[in-house]
Amino acid sequence: MASPAARMFWRLEGLFCVYKPPGVHWKLVRDNIETTLLKGLNAAPSGALPEEVRFLSDPDSDREATKGLTLSAASVPVLSKHPLVTGPEFQHIKVGVGHRLDASSSGVLVLAVGNSNKILNNFSRTRVTRDYTLEGEFGTATDDFSYRGKVVERSTYGHVTQDKLDRVLAMLQGANQKALLMYSNVDMRSQEAYEMAAQGLLGPEGKSEPVLTGLRCVHFQPPNFTLEVQCLNETQKYLRKVVHEIGLELRSTAVCKGVRRTRDGPFTLQDALTRNHWTASDVMQAIRKYHSSKKTKTYSHTKTVDAAPEENLTTDSQQNETCDETAVGVIK
Amino acid sequence: MICYSDFTAKHLATEAKEDKDIEELSRADDVAYKSPLMPIRDAVPVTERQISLDLDPATEFSALEEISDEEAVRIFVPSAMPPASLSLRDYVDQSETLSKLVQLGVNLWKLEQRPNVGSMLLRLNFNTDVAPRLLFLKEIGVDDSHFGNIITRNPFILTESLENLQARVNYLKSKKFSSETVASMVSRAPYLLNFSVKRLDNRLGFFQQQLNLSASNMRNIMARLPRLLCGSLEPIKENLKVCEIEFGFKENEIQHIVLTVPKVLAANKRKLTQIFDLLHNTMEVPHHLIVKFPQVLNSKYLRIRERHLFLEYLGKAQYDPNLPNYISLDRLVSLPDEAFCTELALATLEDFHLFQKTL
Repeated sequence: MASPAARMFWRLEGLFCVYKPPGVHWKLVRDNIETTLLKGLNAAPSGALPEEVRFLSDPDSDREATKGLTLSAASVPVLSKHPLVTGPEFQHIKVGVGHRLDASSSGVLVLAVGNSNKILNNFSRTRVTRDYTLEGEFGTATDDFSYRGKVVERSTYGHVTQDKLDRVLAMLQGANQKALLMYSNVDMRSQEAYEMAAQGLLGPEGKSEPVLTGLRCVHFQPPNFTLEVQCLNETQKYLRKVVHEIGLELRSTAVCKGVRRTRDGPFTLQDALTRNHWTASDVMQAIRKYHSSKKTKTYSHTKTVDAAPEENLTTDSQQNETCDETAVGVIK
Repeated sequence: MICYSDFTAKHLATEAKEDKDIEELSRADDVAYKSPLMPIRDAVPVTERQISLDLDPATEFSALEEISDEEAVRIFVPSAMPPASLSLRDYVDQSETLSKLVQLGVNLWKLEQRPNVGSMLLRLNFNTDVAPRLLFLKEIGVDDSHFGNIITRNPFILTESLENLQARVNYLKSKKFSSETVASMVSRAPYLLNFSVKRLDNRLGFFQQQLNLSASNMRNIMARLPRLLCGSLEPIKENLKVCEIEFGFKENEIQHIVLTVPKVLAANKRKLTQIFDLLHNTMEVPHHLIVKFPQVLNSKYLRIRERHLFLEYLGKAQYDPNLPNYISLDRLVSLPDEAFCTELALATLEDFHLFQKTL
């Protein structure tokens, strides 16, 4: 029979996601979660101390002169098992982090507890897309592409229209579509490639250069604009660079004001726990929800993950012919 | 195996003296249930069991044989205490001092992680070392329930001499700290009594000189945050300079802030700067308002930021007391989330959580 804390820990093992606030390093978020989980686990009541029979010499025996040895059996608790002596039952728990988010970006951050770190590894190896919302501003260029960096250039943006922006985005997406096919390591003239493309399964295996599978402008009000991006194998720095390049492509300059991840594989904003919900009970609830959702999906789980790039593939496959290698070179 | 039983017969004749040899032999015989690493004291019961299995007629101690009380008392049981150990766990059941300390609520696990503390505790005698100090603490008015906490945080109070402790308490009383205040200061800053009178005097003088406060205000601050006296003074000096030069507060303003929230002195310099930057440059709160509500410097940066952005999004971020719909800084930071949403933002808690996910 395991202790209450151990049983609670079994219930904690699984994946869940939190909402990382901007300006906080992901390691801080992870450590914060670990300490709150440890606090929750160790607050679980520990069982009564085991007792052992010990022979104690009677202090009030009057026959001390005769023998000096009067023992009485007594059952005393074993103090060496006392929580104050052994320390808390859990001193470390493995909390793993999925795809990272750098300090200045915010959004959904997947975390895994205990044994489910293995699942997290498999999860990161499958080809899952992630959604981002990028906020950009025309008019300046900085050295690290974010608005906090040193301004290196200023420019006008009066000539930028939504039409022009959409054209650039379409071009960029086409170039990335081409790159996606290139990284997928399948002969494009084979039946296999056709079938995979029809199912939307084409894509890079494991590590590759970042690929944007979808790119859309959702809000345009110069100098501010907001982009919605689906991508593979990206870093937040790369996404900021994309905003910078879009600015250059429009004969202007742009900086990225914010990178926000709205989806990481199957984890969406709705599931994410905000900062005030980072407690053991809330995490446990989130993990229970994850387990139940996994049960209902069963076999279709991997399919739903991979289904995301499908729509983009089918809609954009026509544009591929126009863009070629040179476009990739220009953008990167 | 024969060799082994021969040896056990000899062993009975000569009494347990060659335990080591038995162990060597048994290792040579490769007895399955006897690992070479097994400590010596376990050798005796194993051989006894061996004898009963061999049905040796010369057996005197059978496991089933009843023995009288006198004999039972005479059986030598080696103590289970290892001569050296990494943990106090092995000694707790045997040592009177340690078991009494556990009953007082001292966290031995925390103490044994500090260098040399474990052996120091083992060397103490409860009646002559520990009890007088506890009685002394009780005498100056410390509540019993705090003893565990005090010793967990400062085990060295048990090695300090009673005259010294008394002298330090007398010094604090001579500085017109009341006896209840001294008791609460000792229980909240256990290291206080380990500082010599001269050092305590120096430290009190330092604060007096840096802050330029009257004696009663000084006492007020020290009574509320006694750990200022025990910690390093360098960060305190630095914080004062940060307030003066970087934030641009005047001297009387700093005095007022410190008097209301002494924790500002012990706060992290970077966090203070971060909060002040947000308050002054982003929220555009003037200095005199920050001085009026110094609690904001003591709250969490992310909390202020989230709330400010939410209010700004709703168009309610108005921190000027002369204009309508004024929101005081105090209420902004001190209210819990539910009250903040209903009273200040006039929104639901769900809206606030959703808003947090858009940052």
